[in-house]
Amino acid sequence: MSSNSIRDTFFEECEELLEALADGLGQMEDNADLEVVNAVFRAVHSIKGGAGAFALESIVSFAHVFETVMDRVRENKLTVDEPLLALFHKSADQLSDLVAAARDEDELPPERSAKLIEALEAYLGDDDKEDEFVFEALTLDVVGEGDVVPSERCFDIRFAPTRALYANGHEPLWFLDALAQLGRIKVTLDRSGLPAFDALDPDDACLAWDVVLETASDKTDIEQVFEFVQGDCTLVITESETVLPPPEAEPVVVAPVAEDTPKKPAAKEQAEQAKTANAGPKPTLRVDLDRVDRLINTVGELIINQAMVAQRVEELDLPTGAQLTNELESYKLLARDIQEGVMAIRAQPVKPLFQRMSRIVREASEATGKKSRLVTVGEATEVDKTVIERLADPLTHMVRNAVDHGLEDPEDRKASGKPETGTIRLSASHRSGSVFIEISDDGAGLDRARILQKAIDKGLVQPDVEMAEPEIDNLLFLPGFSTASAVSNLSGRGVGMDVVKTAVQALGGRVSISSTPGAGTSFVIVLPLTLAVMDGFVVSVAKETMVVPIASILETLRPNRKNVFTIGDRKCVRVRGSYVPVVDVAEKLGFAKDPDAPELETLLLVANEGNGLSALNVGMIEDQRQVVVKSLEGRFAAARGVSAATILGNGKVALILDPEDLIGPANGVQQDKADPQPVKETADV
Amino acid sequence: MTTKVLAIDDSRTIRNLLRVCLEGAGFDFHSACDGVEGVEAFADLDPDMVITDINMPRMDGFGVIETLRSGPNRTNVPILVLTTESSDDLKSRARAAGATGWVVKPFDDGTLVSVVHRLTGGAA
Repeated sequence: MSSNSIRDTFFEECEELLEALADGLGQMEDNADLEVVNAVFRAVHSIKGGAGAFALESIVSFAHVFETVMDRVRENKLTVDEPLLALFHKSADQLSDLVAAARDEDELPPERSAKLIEALEAYLGDDDKEDEFVFEALTLDVVGEGDVVPSERCFDIRFAPTRALYANGHEPLWFLDALAQLGRIKVTLDRSGLPAFDALDPDDACLAWDVVLETASDKTDIEQVFEFVQGDCTLVITESETVLPPPEAEPVVVAPVAEDTPKKPAAKEQAEQAKTANAGPKPTLRVDLDRVDRLINTVGELIINQAMVAQRVEELDLPTGAQLTNELESYKLLARDIQEGVMAIRAQPVKPLFQRMSRIVREASEATGKKSRLVTVGEATEVDKTVIERLADPLTHMVRNAVDHGLEDPEDRKASGKPETGTIRLSASHRSGSVFIEISDDGAGLDRARILQKAIDKGLVQPDVEMAEPEIDNLLFLPGFSTASAVSNLSGRGVGMDVVKTAVQALGGRVSISSTPGAGTSFVIVLPLTLAVMDGFVVSVAKETMVVPIASILETLRPNRKNVFTIGDRKCVRVRGSYVPVVDVAEKLGFAKDPDAPELETLLLVANEGNGLSALNVGMIEDQRQVVVKSLEGRFAAARGVSAATILGNGKVALILDPEDLIGPANGVQQDKADPQPVKETADV
Repeated sequence: MTTKVLAIDDSRTIRNLLRVCLEGAGFDFHSACDGVEGVEAFADLDPDMVITDINMPRMDGFGVIETLRSGPNRTNVPILVLTTESSDDLKSRARAAGATGWVVKPFDDGTLVSVVHRLTGGAA
């Protein structure tokens, strides 16, 4: 921006300010409201400020008197009467003329301003007049080449900051730097005022500095350095006879900043002091995340390699207890140790994530007028960094829901004999290779009748459907569902439980719900420990080998013929009294039917979308093992029911199945409504 | 790293002058046009230095200093007051509120830059 265009903006702004000034004066005719007076004052003040920058002296001096009188009105020292208001109007006109003249680089006859200034000053007391504004022209000190460089002198400077100096945003080091620019200095830190570490108040000022400055400047130049902190520090400047030793012998020098000698000895000393005073936290190493991920990938390859070697050895058909088999077992254990060790690098405690939730609970309580507290359990539980990051949003939503929808109002709680303050409990734990995260509240529990009615109203389920309690609870996870009759402004952010569920599934986990009327609701999220390696069942499907993540399998089953039924064209299996639809994996994936395969061999019970259980019909379970997850993204188009691939011990590639995706929309749920949709606005629970 | 400066002033002219001066000196310049906006911008930008006018609508410069120096997010960021008055009374009021320093308007570019450098530890 050129200085010309800044000037143009100034005059544009003046137009606006003059308009505001005229407006304000107009309003003052009716009432001298403080806000109006303030606005008028600011308008004049801003014109003065801008004019000063362009050295428009006639505007500045006139605006100054105008502003001073206005200031007295502002301070209630002067009452606005008709003649004064008239004078203000005249002054505004004059100011406008002055601005116009300045824009046209013209000069007005000074008499008009002088007359008005006189009239305005008549309203000022004597002390105000003394405080006449002196326009200081900008001057630039240029040191000519011929100037005599004064001889060097030495000063002893004692600089002891007070607490206020730090509180006002000063950094002692910058003063030392500024002194260093005046000449050659030697700094000594006086830390005698420093208490024991335990007694240290971090806001307190405990350090002082003694500086010897060899400079051509005089005392006022040194005082100038401390201009802003007079009164906020002890400052003693004395001219001394001390002479600094020549630079070579100088051990600690705050040199002119541009040089590469150690330039922050004070900071260094402070740091060293801190080191000795404080045993410090455990030493840590900051590592680029890419490096860790590269290591993880390599370890993945190691695990695959170990599985391959194991396979080859098995093919040798060695006698039991053979040396090679034993060594191989050690190899396997070592590989697993390395893998766990590497994964631990990425693992982080859930504590920071949980801590963020206490704020969510506070805010949600405030917004809903409920009383609640957050109890966290297992904060030290470590989870993969990516998992923690991607869990933040779903967790925030669920915690907010727990307060907004889970807890009752304080009066209702009192009426039902509960403490007024509701409790939201957030816990994390490791269980059998998975991470369990539970969000529970001690509220009223789910209103199942209302949930079912809502689902019917929304056309999510057929009106005549009969559903078990867990099935009704699971309706909350359907896209387009909301129990809040009116979308509250707290949870109604277009994120529903279906989005929570999708996010958890994307991490290879599952989420379930349970609720007891009157006692509260609880959500459990089960996640794999890591994203790079997972435990899976190796199964055969139509003579192909595939992997099903163990995290999604609730139960395995070898069905008895008499428990298998066909309802319409669908096959069902009876499991402890309820009928579970069977999904034939081979058929879903589009394999030709193998006439030799038994009709139902092994069933894997998995949770399905919204309605409880489904049974995946697979062939034999061949193995349970850790598999390294290899993403197919970017290499192949997404195939339904397949989430990734892995390499087995025999070197073959096996697809990893995604049971949820395979099953698709559940029974009893109308296809068109239940298709996963981009987030719907009403979807919150 | 570039020093990030947030200037709060209701006058567009002054904001422009500050921008030209400070951007020219290599600072990362941001501005807000009153105290309320300034305090919000502070939270977003996390600047290394704040320059504030005193007379502003909605929240004046003292309000800005008090807000930044107290409350839950209190900060020790250097706050430079830009003022047309050079009275000692105003200086002591500003310092009592927690201002780090002050520069009198109309400001000289060289003076302003050297003060900003001095308060942020940048090379002069």
